[in-house]
Amino acid sequence: MNLKLKVWRQKNRNSEGRLVDIAANGIPAEASFLEMLDIVNDDLTRKGDEPIAFDHDCREGICGTCSLSINGIPHGPSETTTCQLYMRKFKDGDTIYIEPFRAKAFPVIRDLCVDRSSFDRIQQAGGFITARAGSAQDGNAILIPKQNADRAMEAAACIGCGACVGACPNGSAMLFVGAKVTHLAELPQGQPERQRRVLSMVAQMDKEGFGNCSNYYECEAVCPAEIPATVIAKLNREYAFAGAKDTVGVE
Amino acid sequence: MIGRIDSKIPSGPLESKWENHKFESKLINPSNKRKYSVLVVGSGLAGASAAATLAELGYQVKCFCYQDSPRRAHSIAAQGGINGAKNYQGDGDSVHRLFYDTVKGGDFRSREANVHRLAEVSVNIIDQCVALGVPFAREYGGLLANRSFGGAQVSRTFYARGQTGQQLLLGAYSSLNRMIGAGSVQMFPRSEMLELVVVDGHAKGIVVRDMVTGQISSYSADAVVLATGGYGNAFYLSTMAKGCNVTAAYRAYKKGALFSNPCFTQIHPTCIPVAGSYQSKLTLMSESLRNDGRCWVPKKKGDTRKAHEIPEDDRDYYLERMYPAFGNLAPRDVSSRAAKAACDEGRGVGPGGFGTYLDFHDAILRYGRVAAGGASLPESEMVARGKEKVKALYGNLFDMYHQITAESGYEQPMRVYPAVHYTMGGLWVDYNLMSNIPGLFVLGEANFSDHGANRLGASALMQGLADGYFVLPATIGNYLGTVAPDKRPKTDHAEFRAAEEATKERTQRLLAIKGKKTVDEFHRELGLLLWDLCGMARSEKSLTRALSRIPTLRAEFWENVNVPGSADSLNVALEKAGRVADFLEFGELMCLDALERRESCGGHFREEFQYTEKDPEVLSGKVCAGDVRRDDANFCHVACWEHVSDTAKPLRHTEPLLYEVVKPAVRSYR
Repeated sequence: MNLKLKVWRQKNRNSEGRLVDIAANGIPAEASFLEMLDIVNDDLTRKGDEPIAFDHDCREGICGTCSLSINGIPHGPSETTTCQLYMRKFKDGDTIYIEPFRAKAFPVIRDLCVDRSSFDRIQQAGGFITARAGSAQDGNAILIPKQNADRAMEAAACIGCGACVGACPNGSAMLFVGAKVTHLAELPQGQPERQRRVLSMVAQMDKEGFGNCSNYYECEAVCPAEIPATVIAKLNREYAFAGAKDTVGVE
Repeated sequence: MIGRIDSKIPSGPLESKWENHKFESKLINPSNKRKYSVLVVGSGLAGASAAATLAELGYQVKCFCYQDSPRRAHSIAAQGGINGAKNYQGDGDSVHRLFYDTVKGGDFRSREANVHRLAEVSVNIIDQCVALGVPFAREYGGLLANRSFGGAQVSRTFYARGQTGQQLLLGAYSSLNRMIGAGSVQMFPRSEMLELVVVDGHAKGIVVRDMVTGQISSYSADAVVLATGGYGNAFYLSTMAKGCNVTAAYRAYKKGALFSNPCFTQIHPTCIPVAGSYQSKLTLMSESLRNDGRCWVPKKKGDTRKAHEIPEDDRDYYLERMYPAFGNLAPRDVSSRAAKAACDEGRGVGPGGFGTYLDFHDAILRYGRVAAGGASLPESEMVARGKEKVKALYGNLFDMYHQITAESGYEQPMRVYPAVHYTMGGLWVDYNLMSNIPGLFVLGEANFSDHGANRLGASALMQGLADGYFVLPATIGNYLGTVAPDKRPKTDHAEFRAAEEATKERTQRLLAIKGKKTVDEFHRELGLLLWDLCGMARSEKSLTRALSRIPTLRAEFWENVNVPGSADSLNVALEKAGRVADFLEFGELMCLDALERRESCGGHFREEFQYTEKDPEVLSGKVCAGDVRRDDANFCHVACWEHVSDTAKPLRHTEPLLYEVVKPAVRSYR
């Protein structure tokens, strides 16, 4: 199939970017979207032009690196991530817009690559359980009811891609933060730090410039890991209780 | 010149070596620990756990990764599970059994003491992961669940759905984050190590390229830890992430670190087959699927009927036939060769005939019957319930298969084919995980020591975390205790400046060529060459051919590659070019190692050395005709390659493998 791409090109963080028309010809339907870009890049290189820079790594839907907004939707018409989108979802002659995830907290580095270190800084603020290596008790010493374990697993499946932020009109990261808060709040091991975790993570989230949730649910719609929006409800509750306890001075 | 290779295996009985060694190992006083600086390259399971744990102990740690976040390391993609000798299932597991299964699985080519230690700490790893909140699957009673994995007859694998690697990595990443947040680890993402710096024979730092600005910088430290993964991408098509490379390890090799057993590459039997020439990677279908899926091909050559049209009598469940004791969970090397043999005979399925079926039909019916619990239900209802159970166990894997092939594993058998997945070879390390270059430590897949000639499923995750959480933190003091704190060389030392210059010069050289072929074209050519000539079946003829073709391809690369763009910006082609340039040298080392190892063992299959129908081992039913034939008399050793110069052949040293407890035997899975 032959396609007309409109691709965001930007030299670096401090430059202006713009959409550029690029032809993608002779693309097999079984190829993945990123393989299509590989073919386009080969062509550009042979013509002496610079290839399109885009982030990717595992190409199997788990690392969360790939971060393309396709026709305005993070990860496009894929059921999961950009790398698992196959060209059979498009028709010969289609026009496809390819942009980086758009958010104030995800500045563009080059072309389609963005800086998502804001996500890491939120995790550094509290997305962990303090347990020094070597200090653990037997894994079976704490019984974890299956339903808690399953809910924790469901929330822990977040791959940190940032599609939720890219999809949200407010640029909110609450699905991402809610996922980690929920994962650790569901587990007995997460209880000792439950209060301070949510307060620190939300404080960092606000500092990074992410917006707030106003119930669009666009995040849930694009999330490749199927994180449910209920983690945002959980985040709000955790934050409210922790905030209240903190104000009054109880645990 | 390398002197005697000293593995530093402690004396005493096998079961006490590690405990005694920890007691005998040098400790660094807490107030001195903070004066030592350690660089950790790589942030996967081994790197993140090492960086976090060393920081917890008080060392100054800097951690580097090429991805945009430490959580993107390719450990994230591991699917099926992690082994731990807990014997929670009460089915006969023990530290000794895990140790033995792993040594046997490695075809008696791993270091016995290292493997025993691995089995010992496997139980601590599970505990540590649970403590960090890793959401392992649980039974209804609240206890940890287990499943079976290849090469074992016990259920010792702990898992988190089909994404155990991600969850374990996120556990280590969370500890790393805690230390970064506390200011104890400095993290450098989007940074690629391009050179190791050796001062007076000791590893004292690295040269790094900032992948956004292109800036080349040096970092000095008292010790350097490489946790940089495997070299499977030498084959271009593999289950690795696109960025995985051999550069850090190879640079260390060129600075004098011995590289061991590079020809021990693992080919995983069940990956989604290649669909076209544009394909950029291969996707793994987890070994855990083989708990329930049955591998088969048609009995007759050229049978092109659809799977559901082929009756049971016309099907060859080849693994169950060839290896009854282990069936579909026979180890990977054995299973891959069986699949290849069936396809080479013309009985392969799918486009091109390079595929075998992984069929869940029987499992769906079985689970459906169990769910019905004796009640008489219509078949469609039982099938529906069976599918639900299979979905609960493997859901995301079936989804992934569907996304890639547009086929449903619930309705028709999955098509799979062997693909490069893991590399058992790596930089040589002693019992302290230190290379022959003092101060250079190597962890995880990047080192050679624990998996011999074939790695069992669910043990890579185990080894990465063992090395990072428990082994290195205990052993690094043996080296640091010999080095005065705060006396490391500064980055303006001549060796650092020379390394930076060499890196800049190489970068400029790559950019200046401006030839006609892309980096990927060269990479694909190398990959195909290695797969054909040094893949699942190797021979003197194929390897000699590879050894004459690779240097030619390499020479063409340095004259005809086109690397667009500049050095001082984000330049993906430049990054790839450096890695492929290294693969073009490393590939030769791999083929040389395969040629010199004149035996077959584990994943290294030499056509000249296999069991035939006439051999007593085949006649007595221990092995099948065509199985690997080891030569313990001449090759029960680790091959340790020493780089001499860019033009001379490397030197092959050996470390004899002395087994105190395990008796190398005919490796039978029948």
